[in-house]
Amino acid sequence: MSATLHVRVWRGGADGAFRDYEVPRRESQTVLDVVTHIQRALDPTLAYRYACRVGMCGSCAMTVNGAPRWTCRTHVDKVAKDGSLSVAPLRNLPVIRDLVTDMREFFDKWARARGQFQGSRTRADDFERIPPASDARRRADAAIECIGCGVCYAACDVVAANPSYLGPAALNRAWTLANDARDRAQAERLRAVAGDDASLACHTHMSCTERCPKALSPTAGIAGLKRAVALAALRGEL
Amino acid sequence: MSRRTETLLWVAQRASAALLALCVLVHLATIIYAVQGGLSGAEILARTHGNAAWAAFYTVFVLGVAVHAPIGLRAVLAEWLGWRGRARDFLLVAFSLVLAGMGLQAVRAVFA
Repeated sequence: MSATLHVRVWRGGADGAFRDYEVPRRESQTVLDVVTHIQRALDPTLAYRYACRVGMCGSCAMTVNGAPRWTCRTHVDKVAKDGSLSVAPLRNLPVIRDLVTDMREFFDKWARARGQFQGSRTRADDFERIPPASDARRRADAAIECIGCGVCYAACDVVAANPSYLGPAALNRAWTLANDARDRAQAERLRAVAGDDASLACHTHMSCTERCPKALSPTAGIAGLKRAVALAALRGEL
Repeated sequence: MSRRTETLLWVAQRASAALLALCVLVHLATIIYAVQGGLSGAEILARTHGNAAWAAFYTVFVLGVAVHAPIGLRAVLAEWLGWRGRARDFLLVAFSLVLAGMGLQAVRAVFA
């Protein structure tokens, strides 16, 4: 392990540039540790975003050596074998400054995909019984652990080619609700995820699945949505 | 275009893809089998003329292409050139008709 790490960090907005820093190398150092060291010890004007530091909140995702990653759980020795590191903001999102992107469009698309749970019971009603081993619940469970970090959205080439495409995270969320027996907005949700800018636009490149830090497979969920909307269209229910 | 129509176009492209995969396999296998030892154009036409079964097969093949290719181009034009809307869709309907017309004319020439 070399004593220092050569780090290139994106500075400025969309028309910014990389700036070089030398950061002391430490044992078990994460990429977020590196960025934090730069901000605290070398350049306090550096803007970046983080909260939990333990892979729960989904706020620290950045482009690390060209690939989107959660920086708090990305160890430097995994991604910077030659002692050099580049850190940039996530792709496919507007850059506010330095490593901070504007996530509004990303989360607005969750709403457009009807990512809100729509129940029908009140607090006076009993709980709905959902067998944990049922097929639908297993499908929902397989996709439910999304932390909304935006890594899949930044990895998606279809979002890059078509900025109005809903993207893997919003569609993954819609898939969990499409498999939720308690939800009462199934028809509206299927309409929301049908069409050129939604599930049918997915090219099945699987970049989202490759990059998801939670090891989810948005591609599988989107394939499920494709089948569901195709059947609904053929039945005249869309 | 409504979401239902967009979805039905997607279904049509997937269904025509499955059909074309089969057609291409049959087409290639037939070529390889038929031209072993060499075969002239005149000999091919002598065998194909009046063959209703092959005429039906290639008619289906041509119609599959006329459905499949324009729907694929629709996505390519949207993603690569940012071209959407009615003008694009009308052009692709015309492209489909050209493909079907030229293909069916070839089928008629070879099998009729």
